[in-house]
Amino acid sequence: MGKTLALAGNFAAAYASKQINPQVVAAYPITPQTTMMEKFSEYVANGEVDTELVCVESEHSAMSACVGAAAAGGRVITSTAANGLALMFEVVYIASSLRLPITMCVMNRALSGPINIHGDHSDAMGVRDSGWIQIFNENPQEVYDTMFQACKIGEHKDVRLPVMVNLDGFITSHKIERVDTLDDKQVTDYIGPFETMYSLIDTDNPVTYGPLDLFDYYFEHKRQQVEAMKHALPVAKSVMRDYSKQFDRDYDIMEDYYLDDADYAIVTMSSTAGTTKFVVDKLRAEGKKVGLLKLRLFRPFPAEEVREKLAGLKQIAVLDRSDSFGAFGGPLFTEVRNALYELDERPGVVDYVFGLGGRDINAEQITSVYERLMSATERLAGDVNYLGVRGE
Amino acid sequence: MTSLKQLSEREERLTGGHRLCAGCGASIIVRQILLATDYPVAVSCATGCLEVSTTLYPYTAWKTPFIHNAFENSAVTISGAEAMFRAQKRIGNIPEDAKVKFIAFGGDGGTYDIGIQSLSGAMERGHDMLYVCYNNEAYMNTGIQRSSATPRGAATTTSPAGTVIPGKKEYPKDLTEVMAGHHLPYVAQASPGYYNDLIKKVEKAMEIEGPKFLNTISPCPRGWRHPANAAIKVGKLAVDCCFWPLYEVIDDDYELTGQSKKIADGKRDKIPVADYLKTQGRFKHLFAPKNEELLENIQKEVDKRWERLIKLSQL
Repeated sequence: MGKTLALAGNFAAAYASKQINPQVVAAYPITPQTTMMEKFSEYVANGEVDTELVCVESEHSAMSACVGAAAAGGRVITSTAANGLALMFEVVYIASSLRLPITMCVMNRALSGPINIHGDHSDAMGVRDSGWIQIFNENPQEVYDTMFQACKIGEHKDVRLPVMVNLDGFITSHKIERVDTLDDKQVTDYIGPFETMYSLIDTDNPVTYGPLDLFDYYFEHKRQQVEAMKHALPVAKSVMRDYSKQFDRDYDIMEDYYLDDADYAIVTMSSTAGTTKFVVDKLRAEGKKVGLLKLRLFRPFPAEEVREKLAGLKQIAVLDRSDSFGAFGGPLFTEVRNALYELDERPGVVDYVFGLGGRDINAEQITSVYERLMSATERLAGDVNYLGVRGE
Repeated sequence: MTSLKQLSEREERLTGGHRLCAGCGASIIVRQILLATDYPVAVSCATGCLEVSTTLYPYTAWKTPFIHNAFENSAVTISGAEAMFRAQKRIGNIPEDAKVKFIAFGGDGGTYDIGIQSLSGAMERGHDMLYVCYNNEAYMNTGIQRSSATPRGAATTTSPAGTVIPGKKEYPKDLTEVMAGHHLPYVAQASPGYYNDLIKKVEKAMEIEGPKFLNTISPCPRGWRHPANAAIKVGKLAVDCCFWPLYEVIDDDYELTGQSKKIADGKRDKIPVADYLKTQGRFKHLFAPKNEELLENIQKEVDKRWERLIKLSQL
């Protein structure tokens, strides 16, 4: 095992990136992502990595450079947040359609406008249909470990897709926590050498990337992308489980907390799961049958697994850290509720949109959600609520 | 310089059978450029005529590695591949003496306009690559809309020659000068009409390490409204009237080349711009009596830019 370090989420991501030692990193600074790239630039300046660091002039160019680099064959890492992710939107779709395993950290931050630099999930949710694998992380330790899992999942021959490693802007990106690291050799052995396919710099075997693909073939190619995404689910499961076994951790595509005998549950992602666990502990001490389902893998969405975990519950509240204007509830709510449709006896499911623009969510608010679930006399009927906002 | 005979014996790396229009300048430029070098090359291309016409799935006309990413990022995309090439050399996965030349292509839309940020960034970062603009002076792929490279007075579908406004109102951006302002090791302007000058420039650029920019005028029979067999002739006239001078800037040192040098030295005549404009239907309205003054102003602007370039070449 490596050292135990005190690392902020961004430094955990940077440290893991150093150990991965990717061939190319291309990125553009944006709050709250900057400290990861600053730290990585130090590694480059001090010769601690072999990486070619490409300091581009925009996020659009960051993802474009990643596409060129990944097509040439090799490990590629970038990171961004909010408006930066929005600016690279076009190329985010291209990266996945070209089946390029790139790892991108997203320090989840509210999208403009109005401009706001703090954490919510609107950026990542804006690209949830882009064909990227999306993993949401609760704390710096998870961020660190997930970086290696991301290589394994994205580079798997049945997958070959880019992976987004999400962490809550400022809340996780800047909070310092204990991180048990692996030593460099463990990382190198675990991720193995990168397997290049169809290299753009193999001039003896020329390939054409990104041809014009019209109504006669485009649909088949998109269908193949669907298949790659389907493969990503079992691959993600086995990678996370193997990783846990190998390094004495406890990872899976989702984490259930006191869910087995629970009647009432919250479903959420990222740092809020930590606060929710605190509340669950408190309520369990009072004998309340409450639990938590924390999703790590959001894309591909593990509908069947979610259904299995939540079957038999009485009432469920989904906590969504982003909204989907004009939709019936936030993105996590619509996925979870959809997944439960096949159940003969469906739990009540309500949505709570919370924490937009980094608005704090506290134990009292989460307790109030559980209290509502527990006090309901009838099956709750899918209402959408706003938690922690004035005027509600 | 490689002789015409030698060039004819080299393998074509952009094959026939692509779907570019008959007489299109772009394919002539790309073939000349790829013939001009023996090095293995990897190519990126911006969305545009060249890309859509040469890579209609399941076919490709490229015998080189090729990547099309999007419209505005041809330069940065190949810069990423170049970075990977250097990284793979550093860690020993590719031999230290391996040579791959990285070439990015883009039309004037992908270069002068939507792609200028990506181009500027890639050039500033010093990647070992050649960016080639095939400048057909409008958004031809989407149907001849004006760009910042469109000459004043040209009729396009978004700057039509109307009863009140006689075509595009603005003079074209001088992108070659913008790139010269990046103080690159090599910046040049060329025309497929003078193939020997173009080939020489590519040969020279390929031996220079670092970011290089080559702006080529690319006659477009459909957009410029000239016969399909006139692209080379029109490409020559653009140079002969000094609308599109042939020159290069090597480490900030300006030098007129080929036909343009001969004109500057008095060995060839500088023809009136009108002789160039009248070969193309897009300028037809300029020859109506009411547009006489506009025609004069266009000549004045060409003269002004040409005189300035001569001064720069004398520094």
